[in-house]
Amino acid sequence: MRIALFATCINEAMFPQAPAATVRLLERLGHEVVFPESQACCGQMHVNTGYFREAVPVIRNHVRAFEPVLDGEWDAVVGPSGSCVGSVRHQQAMVARREGEDRLARDAELVASRTYELSELLVDVLGTTDVGAWFPHSVTYHPTCHSLRMIKVGDKPLRLLRAVAGIDLVELPEAQACCGFGGTFSLKNSETSAAMVHEKVRNVVSTGAEVLVAGDYSCLMNMAGSLSRQGTGVHAAHLAEVLASTREAPWSPTVLPGDRSRATAVPAAVPGPAAPAARAEEAGPAAPAGPAAAPSSVLRGTTAEVGR
Amino acid sequence: MTTFLGMPRVAPQPATAPQDPLRWGPDFPTAAHETLGNGQMRTNLRHATRTIRDKRLRMVSELPDWEELREAGSAIKHWTMSHLPELLVQLEENVTARGGVVHWARDAAEANRIVADLVRATGESEVVKVKSMATQETGLNEHLAAEGITATETDLAELIVQLAGDMPSHVLVPAIHRNRDEIRAIFTERMGDAPADLTSEPRALAMAARAHLRAKFLTARVAISGANLAVAETGTVSVFESEGNGRMCLTLPDTLITVMGIEKVVPAFQDLEVFTQLLPRSSTGERMNPYTTMWTGVTPGDGPQAFHLVLLDNGRTKALADEVGRQALHCIRCSACMNVCPVYEHTGGHAYGSVYPGPIGAILTPQLTGMGTRGATDPHDPTASLPFASSLCGACYEACPVKIDIPTALVHLRNRAVESQQRRLLPTGWEAGMRAASAVMSSGSRFAVAARAAGLGRIVARHDRIARLPYPGSLWTGVRDLPAPPAQSFRTWWKEHQADGATRPAGAPSPGSTAGNEA
Repeated sequence: MRIALFATCINEAMFPQAPAATVRLLERLGHEVVFPESQACCGQMHVNTGYFREAVPVIRNHVRAFEPVLDGEWDAVVGPSGSCVGSVRHQQAMVARREGEDRLARDAELVASRTYELSELLVDVLGTTDVGAWFPHSVTYHPTCHSLRMIKVGDKPLRLLRAVAGIDLVELPEAQACCGFGGTFSLKNSETSAAMVHEKVRNVVSTGAEVLVAGDYSCLMNMAGSLSRQGTGVHAAHLAEVLASTREAPWSPTVLPGDRSRATAVPAAVPGPAAPAARAEEAGPAAPAGPAAAPSSVLRGTTAEVGR
Repeated sequence: MTTFLGMPRVAPQPATAPQDPLRWGPDFPTAAHETLGNGQMRTNLRHATRTIRDKRLRMVSELPDWEELREAGSAIKHWTMSHLPELLVQLEENVTARGGVVHWARDAAEANRIVADLVRATGESEVVKVKSMATQETGLNEHLAAEGITATETDLAELIVQLAGDMPSHVLVPAIHRNRDEIRAIFTERMGDAPADLTSEPRALAMAARAHLRAKFLTARVAISGANLAVAETGTVSVFESEGNGRMCLTLPDTLITVMGIEKVVPAFQDLEVFTQLLPRSSTGERMNPYTTMWTGVTPGDGPQAFHLVLLDNGRTKALADEVGRQALHCIRCSACMNVCPVYEHTGGHAYGSVYPGPIGAILTPQLTGMGTRGATDPHDPTASLPFASSLCGACYEACPVKIDIPTALVHLRNRAVESQQRRLLPTGWEAGMRAASAVMSSGSRFAVAARAAGLGRIVARHDRIARLPYPGSLWTGVRDLPAPPAQSFRTWWKEHQADGATRPAGAPSPGSTAGNEA
């Protein structure tokens, strides 16, 4: 399939590892990924803060960027974020209509009908739960509110995670409770948001898992920020990163290492069975030796793929 | 007042009865700052909401047709709201035909005046009350007190709140923020006839309240109630309760005065079938509430011989005019949304500064006080902060037995709040920021530049994280780190990735496939 990537603005600016992992995963599964470069943001931040009028140009830009999916140029649009896909599906048309943009609202609805969150695309559209990933870490999974309740992905992410080789999935107590991010809620009601994330982090730490996984980097940014501040040593990773991880190109933690003592030497501290040198050899002579040689620590692992 | 070590403080909140029970406090963030610091209250709340929440889930999962019931409840409410004027006239006709008297009140002051006049006409100066949100909303007790009439709350939790000089913090469990040690202290200090050796055992507390209230029930000649539902086609009014104290009020006195929000009407008697299943399961996690009392006008020789029904608007028709916000009027006051709300659980009900706290309060209160279709909200009105008091997690919508889409209504009302702000001459900091962000986020090329510029944030990062930012970033970094922005943007990675793809063996995805789509 030809699949257009909706990277989402927060991933583009802060967490490029999520869209990059989505690209690597889908290409490994034999699909072609394209990145419409005129995309920027779905408008969720403006809508959720009440700035509907200011959201309209943002929504228009998104709809125009992904409209080719309607002419069959691509088979689907995928976004590695439950809340951004939720906004596309449940907010764009509503806001456009409210601002008197009926044609934009109609187009937004059509584009939304071809737009999928990552786990939806894999399970519902591509019909797979085992993507051939390898992730030898203990993991606990937080089902983000918008994935769970707005677009209702159900247990699709968990089915994907259960099929990952080497993974040790630990249940998160009170998993369905909000982490307290809520976009600008975390600033407008910062103290309440802090109380909520503290509770979430307490539950995450109680699982003893090495890695906290979710399908949305906005929520992960909140939880990982608290995990890091409290020096818990728990890493955060997007579902796409886990699913993109293989024996040849294993995942290594790239965002907010929780343990300050290990912060300066993240790659060496990665718990994993394979030594970096061995991995580089497996990846072929074209790959640089070890993750440290990668152009960006954030996108580490992507270079190992080059020779394949 | 004697004090011994370990005795909880009986803190009236607020110390004096508020002028306006719909908005008594500061804005939500300020009020939450206070309540978040009250560890005892948060412990009480966490325990209570979790207990009710688990019970509710068990009771709901028993019913195979729960989703259909929710759908039915929602449909009845939609139909009712689109026929409200006719239904209310029909209700009045049927109540009157059966010996009741109907009064119409435009606002709280009018409702209070009507009730006070009715009580005074009986020559009585003491009345018993069964817990009622409508009279909480109008501040009836305080009004009656000013007129020399003493009203005694007979719902146990409501009695605790009244004795403590407190305000309710929950629709169904008004004293949810209190634990039994605090209740023992309140009874000992304020009830007057509490046993000297009162312990904090639930049974001992209940017996003390029972003895206190029994005397009131047997002497009161006038009662004041709210209503859960009223049936237009028969003129029947009903109260759903757990303790039986309500039934005492509704049956023993000579005169019964019921104050009811106009949205509580349903078209037909058969509609009760749906709500008698939805309400108790959603509110107390019970299959059926222990006491359902229904009465239709008056019956000679049985029950109150005079019945007055006061129909209260108090902002409801304003809410009805708002095409999105009006669904707040579908609320059956079950409180399921409060019990599942993570914001409510941490801040407690008092932070909402209104008799209607929690998610439903966040959309109902601002509409009752004027936020609505005309966007006539004063930005300094504390209730304008309520629609922002949510992370939009959606747990409330999922739990609501009549499917009120609270998250969508919250976002809609945020827009109303922003619109009223925009009428002012000077843009706020938020507005300037949102305008700038709109320009950046509506173009791929402009956004690419901004994302690259964000990478400069690496300068302030240490060990791949940012631990301290100036205001307003400090609102984030006060409690959480922020990761250092990436050295390489996604777009740069993508270009390199495409270039790598060019050296791929045949059969691999072709590079440059997006060429036609570049901005």
